[in-house]
Amino acid sequence: MSSAAASAAKDPASALPATRLDWIPLALVPVIALAALPMVGSLPTWVTLTVAGLAMGMMIFMMASGLTLVFGLMDVLNFAHGIFIAVGAYGAATVLTRMSAQMEAQSLASDLSAMVPAVLAAIALAGLLGWFFERVLIRPVYGDHLKQILITMGGLIVFEQLIHVVWGPDIIPLPRPGTITGSFIVGEAAIERYRMLAVIVGLAVFAAMWLLLNRTRIGLLVRAGVENPEMVESLGYRIKRLFIGVFVAGSGLAGLGGAMWAMYQEQVNAQMGMQVLVVIFIVVIIGGLGSVVGCFVGALLVGLLANYTGYLAPKLALGSNILLMVLVLLWRPRGLYPIGKA
Amino acid sequence: MLARLLSGDFPRSRALSVVLVAILLGLALAPFIFPGTRSLNVAAKVAVFVLLVASYDLLLGYTGIVSFAHTMFFGIGGYGVGIAMAKLGPGWGALALGVVASLALSLAIALAIGLLSLRVRAIFFAMITLAVASFFQILASQLSPITGGEDGLSFRLPELLRPGTVLFNAFGVEVNGRLVSYYIVFFSVLALFLALLRVVNSPFGRVLLSIRENEFRSEALGYRIVTYRTVANCLAALGATLAGVLYALWLRYTGPDTTLSFNIMIDILLMVVIGGMGTMYGSVLGATLFVLAQNYLRDLMKLASEALEGMPLVPALLHPDRWLLWLGVLFILCVYYFPSGIVGKLRGARRP
Amino acid sequence: MPEAAAAPMLALTGVNTHIAQYHILHGVDFEVPRASLTMLLGRNGAGKTTCLRTIMGLWRASAGAIRVDGRDITQAATPEVAQLGVAYVPENMGIFAGLTVRENLLLAARSGEPEAKRLAWIFGLFPAMKTFWNALAGNLSGGQKQMLAIARAIVEPRKLLLVDEPSKGLAPAIIANLVEAFKELKRTDTTMLMVEQNFNFARTLGDTVAVMDSGRIVHTGRMDELAGDAALQTKLLGLSLDSHQ
Repeated sequence: MSSAAASAAKDPASALPATRLDWIPLALVPVIALAALPMVGSLPTWVTLTVAGLAMGMMIFMMASGLTLVFGLMDVLNFAHGIFIAVGAYGAATVLTRMSAQMEAQSLASDLSAMVPAVLAAIALAGLLGWFFERVLIRPVYGDHLKQILITMGGLIVFEQLIHVVWGPDIIPLPRPGTITGSFIVGEAAIERYRMLAVIVGLAVFAAMWLLLNRTRIGLLVRAGVENPEMVESLGYRIKRLFIGVFVAGSGLAGLGGAMWAMYQEQVNAQMGMQVLVVIFIVVIIGGLGSVVGCFVGALLVGLLANYTGYLAPKLALGSNILLMVLVLLWRPRGLYPIGKA
Repeated sequence: MLARLLSGDFPRSRALSVVLVAILLGLALAPFIFPGTRSLNVAAKVAVFVLLVASYDLLLGYTGIVSFAHTMFFGIGGYGVGIAMAKLGPGWGALALGVVASLALSLAIALAIGLLSLRVRAIFFAMITLAVASFFQILASQLSPITGGEDGLSFRLPELLRPGTVLFNAFGVEVNGRLVSYYIVFFSVLALFLALLRVVNSPFGRVLLSIRENEFRSEALGYRIVTYRTVANCLAALGATLAGVLYALWLRYTGPDTTLSFNIMIDILLMVVIGGMGTMYGSVLGATLFVLAQNYLRDLMKLASEALEGMPLVPALLHPDRWLLWLGVLFILCVYYFPSGIVGKLRGARRP
Repeated sequence: MPEAAAAPMLALTGVNTHIAQYHILHGVDFEVPRASLTMLLGRNGAGKTTCLRTIMGLWRASAGAIRVDGRDITQAATPEVAQLGVAYVPENMGIFAGLTVRENLLLAARSGEPEAKRLAWIFGLFPAMKTFWNALAGNLSGGQKQMLAIARAIVEPRKLLLVDEPSKGLAPAIIANLVEAFKELKRTDTTMLMVEQNFNFARTLGDTVAVMDSGRIVHTGRMDELAGDAALQTKLLGLSLDSHQ
């Protein structure tokens, strides 16, 4: 950094703090978790529920993050986003079933040697499909929201059927590798191994996205482009090329989320994407369209709430995320972390 | 006189007129021309979906709004009748109550959704309607004591409409309660379709079109966009509700799968786009095509698939369960190249 | 030092622009000489902003030609135009509120980092940039945002600056700051095309002037000529001098 800039950074007259993060929504996660503790009553149960909620939230985050970024940057809402999830899930399933021999060895290394390719296959397949979607279906209808909604719905119909053509109409069971099944005990609480894995992967994905967005030039371009794509072009950048990259990355992420979700459910079916799409939309709305942090917080809140209400008030559980959405919108009509559009 | 009936909205194409008349006659005389339970079921379903899709065309084709809540209103109508008949007994009074209650509920929800959401961008509106419809679906499946949960509600109809009630014989066909139900469905749909034609050809309808074409200009001319959109939303919701009522009457059953499922929403989209958005007649064509395909195309595809056995991939693509794939492809082609769908093609004019 | 008689930095010939069904620019012809500041004046709705946007490629000219430093950019896409050395400061300033001042400038510096000497010069023109270096651009005041927008446009040497109503909505003290900054810029022989509504501001800075009305150029010439001719001012701009700040 140049000396002028360096001295500016140390300038005590810098009256405005470099407030980068609004802490309140982020704080909601521990607040809700802690509020649930007295209601749940028992600490071990609470621990299990919380881990379950966080794991679910992480998987939802992975599935939803691509959507919010694509919408924020390109103003495109892909109703067929669920297809990337499903394709990722099926891709992982295919690889895992081929490699089932490796998973019988009961060692972490051999299990990983099956899971990692499965996940990579999921990301690659979903990313490829995303590329196809962007080029063929979506690019002709940039700017026309009505047509976009219709086209992506059409893509959803066609590709869901194509999944059936390629993988057959039945539900495919998914073997879960031995070393990550079952739970380990902490004190009196049982924590599922797979859920811990999901939490770790989710945190890693979020950290990687955050670093990419905030510490790299490309991330700078994406953040600026979400706010004002025209101005980014006026500064000399071909933002359309960035669009493709972000779309493909978003689809790949959805594929990753789908793979993780499928391994958790231990089965895949073509409707997977649709089943989770409403939840994803709710998370994206709660978080604020275009905000990755918002999506992260929203997903965690939804995951935690679903698990707590599932235990405390099961009838309410399915509708809990919609109620959460209504409450959040009443508080912040544009979501937790609204992106200021110029 | 015909002009008044159709509110001046003629088919404007010989081919289209022929098709429409054929469908009209086919539906009107279905019990006599196509004997058998299956064909009558198909005919009734076509009629109900004509109304459901036409009311959606009002929203999508004329007002330019994509809503995913249409099946919710369809369900409200169905459940209104279902709950009334199942809980209050199969009487005309209960039926009337169910119909009125469901219309009132639909109106209230449509107003709420309209006023709250129509100020926001199309994408937000679509997502919010999806969330609301999904919430309603959850309610319906969770409140089992009232709604019958996942299994839905089966109920009996007033005496006149029961299959066992035989009135007389005509042209070799037994005119029974089933037939009466069918004609109630048919004539209601006909009347409501003509009413919708009246709406879209009225000054109100013209303002809707102008808003769809150029929102900015309409607002500058003094039209309150939100009001017009909300009214359109309400009318569409009422249309869907009545379609739901009629469907429940016909099936003597209501449940989440027949009314609230997202698949039905997808089907509606397919019908309205392939038939032709913004034409009203498109819904007639789309519904007929779709329901016929759903019931008869699959048999054709089965034949083709078996005939091409041994070739790679092709049999799988032609498998009868993949009929939706081809409709989906047709749908995409229509969105890109034929926004006025089949109706537009028949009319020959290329309207944007 | 390039002569004023050499090829103009910017030349528009017969430029027409249509937006949807509206015909906004009807054959615009004018030139911006090198190293000068040309003021584009006119009433509201005359088409001045449309002119700038068309040059920048944000709207496509339906007819006519636009040349920058001799190169035809009529059909060029916006990033291309920018890469040729044209910088745009739009009416709403276009700063990225969610990015810091530093990040805004970093983005504008296509070569990667702003050059140290250049940055020091910018800090000299706009001290606030130094003070709020790590602050979110969205938290700046209106005047500071305008300064940031201009700083972005000059963070690297550019052939042509397009500036849309820089003084709009700003307090007189800030405007005075801006005038000093632009005067300083002029001393570096930067070519600028500026749209303005404030005639005093325009008069102080402009070397040449072009006046638009209803999508056409109705007057071009030197600023000092127009400034001295009150009758011409009233005729072209329709407002008396007293109504300006």
